[in-house]
Amino acid sequence: MEIDVNVISFEPGVWNSAINVYDFVVKNIRPYTGDASFLSGPSAKTQRVWSEVKKALLQERANNGCLAIDTETISTITAFRPGYINKEDEVIVGLQTNQLLKRAMKPFGGIKLVESAVKERGLKVSDRVVDIFNYARNHNEGVFNAYDAEVRAFRSKHVLTGLPDNYARGRIIGDYRRVALYGTERLIQGKKEDFNAVGGEMTEHKVRLREEINQQIVALKDMTAMAAEYGFDISRPAANAVEAVQWLYFSYLAAVKQQDGAAMSLGNVASFLDIYIERDLQAGSITEEEAQEMIDQFVMKLRLVRHLRPGSYDEIFGGDPTWVTEAIGGLLHDGRTKVTRTSFRFLQTLYNLGPSPEPNLTVLWSKDLPEGFKKFCAQVSIDTSSIQYENDDLMRPNRGSDDYGIACCVSYQEIGKSIQHFGARANLPKALLIALNEGKEEKDGASVIKGIPALPEGPLDYYRVWDLFKRTLSELARVYAKAMFIIHYMHDKYYYESAQMAVVDTDPHIDIAYGAAGISIIADSLSAIKYAKVTPVRNEKGLTVDFEIEGEYPKYGNDDDRVDNIAKEVTNYFIGELRKHQTYKNSTPTLSLLTITSNVMYGTNTGATPDGRKAGESFAPGANPMHGRDSSGAIASLNSVAKLEYSDAQDGISNTFSMIPKSLGSNREEQITNLVATMDGYFGQMAHHLNVNVLNRETLIDAYNHPENYPQLTIRVSGYAVNFVRLSRAHQLEVIARTFHGSLS
Amino acid sequence: MYFPLQDIEAAKLNVDDPDHLRIHSLETFGTHDGPGIRMVVFVQGCQFRCVYCQNPDTLDVKGGTLVAIDELVKRAIRQKGFFGKDGGVTVSGGEPLLQRSKLKTFFIKLHEVGINTCLDTNGRLNNEEVHELLEHTDLILLDVKHINDEWHHKLTGLTNKNTLALAEYRESTGKPMWLRYVLVPGWTDQEEYVEEWARHFKDYKTVQRVEILPFHQYGKHKWESLGMNYVLKDLESPTEEVKQRTLNIFSKYLNNVVLK
Repeated sequence: MEIDVNVISFEPGVWNSAINVYDFVVKNIRPYTGDASFLSGPSAKTQRVWSEVKKALLQERANNGCLAIDTETISTITAFRPGYINKEDEVIVGLQTNQLLKRAMKPFGGIKLVESAVKERGLKVSDRVVDIFNYARNHNEGVFNAYDAEVRAFRSKHVLTGLPDNYARGRIIGDYRRVALYGTERLIQGKKEDFNAVGGEMTEHKVRLREEINQQIVALKDMTAMAAEYGFDISRPAANAVEAVQWLYFSYLAAVKQQDGAAMSLGNVASFLDIYIERDLQAGSITEEEAQEMIDQFVMKLRLVRHLRPGSYDEIFGGDPTWVTEAIGGLLHDGRTKVTRTSFRFLQTLYNLGPSPEPNLTVLWSKDLPEGFKKFCAQVSIDTSSIQYENDDLMRPNRGSDDYGIACCVSYQEIGKSIQHFGARANLPKALLIALNEGKEEKDGASVIKGIPALPEGPLDYYRVWDLFKRTLSELARVYAKAMFIIHYMHDKYYYESAQMAVVDTDPHIDIAYGAAGISIIADSLSAIKYAKVTPVRNEKGLTVDFEIEGEYPKYGNDDDRVDNIAKEVTNYFIGELRKHQTYKNSTPTLSLLTITSNVMYGTNTGATPDGRKAGESFAPGANPMHGRDSSGAIASLNSVAKLEYSDAQDGISNTFSMIPKSLGSNREEQITNLVATMDGYFGQMAHHLNVNVLNRETLIDAYNHPENYPQLTIRVSGYAVNFVRLSRAHQLEVIARTFHGSLS
Repeated sequence: MYFPLQDIEAAKLNVDDPDHLRIHSLETFGTHDGPGIRMVVFVQGCQFRCVYCQNPDTLDVKGGTLVAIDELVKRAIRQKGFFGKDGGVTVSGGEPLLQRSKLKTFFIKLHEVGINTCLDTNGRLNNEEVHELLEHTDLILLDVKHINDEWHHKLTGLTNKNTLALAEYRESTGKPMWLRYVLVPGWTDQEEYVEEWARHFKDYKTVQRVEILPFHQYGKHKWESLGMNYVLKDLESPTEEVKQRTLNIFSKYLNNVVLK
């Protein structure tokens, strides 16, 4: 089939003379303000490929979550010959290895970790690869050569956790659109120009930059070679929609062949691809079904991204996530929406291929999004619980760009202009316990921070505790900043993301994304100390083992300023302290209130806290109130979280919100309207992020079996509400049987 | 009678503590009592003695908590962003009309800050004070429990005359109303009465929606924990067939009938 690309030409602009995808998008985007009625189901080809994939996914699950590992090859962009699922039906091709779901070794992050992951599966890394690392160094080795006793202590005592010092840091988003718009040849030329511009007296920075640029050029050449093996010439720009999707995917595929970063987001590609799709539709060269087919098959590939992980990794990031995050929607600075038909097509994949956590579809919510899109998002949430929402009206003006993606889970990142260095997390409740224990870790009494005086016996004094806690946080910030400097220095040195950086501006701005866990425990603990009477119970070593609380105290999650302001104040203080320290490559400190799934692990490793939480009990996830303590209803809970200042936590304030369909309204139409109103209400007060779970029968069954995980699950019955876990077992079963007849799932 | 009627106490409920409402509980994310997302104030105290009562813990007019009206208004304002164009505040119960004069104050204050008001009532009273309250009520959800007065007595312990009169009054004001009907097997599912009920309202212009609420057993544990004798403890929910039949009969005469 021959396609004349010049039949309908794109609107020209700065993008023709410089690498500037944004300009191309702004000039050519076709916002769509209609509803979802135009969408197509899956094509026959898609269904055939997907049915092969489903078989493989079942085998993977049956095989304890890992289908196969290649133990002979170090994964690079050009490692592995082409892999297919069902070649004749694949509209978009490319796998990370030569076989569906086979995992590859990426040992430059840390060979030890790869060896243990392989060993856990009863296999062995080949002698050849082991031998290579008798000579070559890796990130993990470098980091530990530079760590000092202080960092090691913070790390081993679980004050700083999940540090990317033995695995890839991830978080960087390449502007994968560039390969489609320009082709690799033009990008290589641009990088060569950048290299030549690094002149004058040499500095360490310039030398490093020159080396990096050349690594990027090599990556672009490798990308070209990889695509050529699949039979495509990506050195030139994509000529039509299917090529644009394919080119873009090759660029992303190169990234996930080279790196196994914890989170490797896709960016905001939907509306870029839409420009090509619209042009082809207009030219009559494709149908809507074919347009959907490209997106379905692309998304299918994104669902198949796999990395080799050891069991220990699962504690922090449960469920084998890859965070292929795609940001959909939002507005342009000029007031037009970025919602296009392809924004709908991406969401439609959740119907065509069924619900899925990946790609991590993130809707950039604005009060001014088209109604039809808002409703479709709400509908998809209700049907699949698979999408999350972030506040475009907050991030766009506050951070400055209207061309951004979401790095990892919740973090703003301007595409192609700026990157992030992942900073893992600090355990704030642990820090509080250190403050209450003369600078010692509460479990075995090892000294972690010097110069923290002992507290007098008896009930805790709020102002004294606050003072000691601040001193602890200052020290924590100092050590944390030091650890991150070392980690990112070494990561660049030994495990540089050349494939991703090849599609990012040379020498971009960098955010260093610090994180904090347990904000709700801190707020409640300090509130308890201030408003109730809290007396530590100490063991023979003088270490706190429990706390006696007399009286009531306001709890975070009930829209009560007395405690909500404590959460704000602590966040503000901590980021203030982090900002005082030097950062690698002069990156800008940001902070997240986010835990992923590690809230359970943090809990396990943290002793009893002054809020009444017992030793080992899980933290609440992200910035959520502690389980069961937000007893004033859903809106009060949302209002509390909404008060946290985004300017103090620009890396993201994560809130996970679960409802059952029935509590949203008695029919689908009402549920959709009410979920839209919920989002408008939450984001209207400049809240940042919301995970929306509209739970289905499976969840209720889980709640039946594990009621401890669902303290707030509420069901509306006509005229009143009841707490699900307080109904009798027989009633719960009845509700499980009744709620889902016909209408949903 | 499973609970004393408390006539004197009920009368005092309307006049004592004029700045406070006696409430049972608050729901911040109500989506089943009126349109949109609503703050639902469940007031304490009711003089109907419905055999199927789902909230027997709201009957005692001396129970509950006194909450300042201004505090409730403040709470509503904090939730206003979520109400959207349809939502607002609903007062349910319990029986709101027992605190009619205080509710008038509450609703006026809500209107001052632009919040929609809705009253969920069984129409126990129909007097001047109630009419004044209705002037400040954007929507009334009127629970007409049975069309036959004898059955209404059996079902609730009281007559349906006030309820029907209140419906007529609301109709005369031209302001919107939703009707509600709890469908209880053996008590309210008789075809002839369902038909009569629907016919009774067929010419009403102000009825925007009619809700059929099938009986369920979710209130059972409350009866048990209160140690009260629950005569319907073994009653099943209406069958699909009965629900459909009732829906069909209603729909012959009325618009926008919703089976919940």
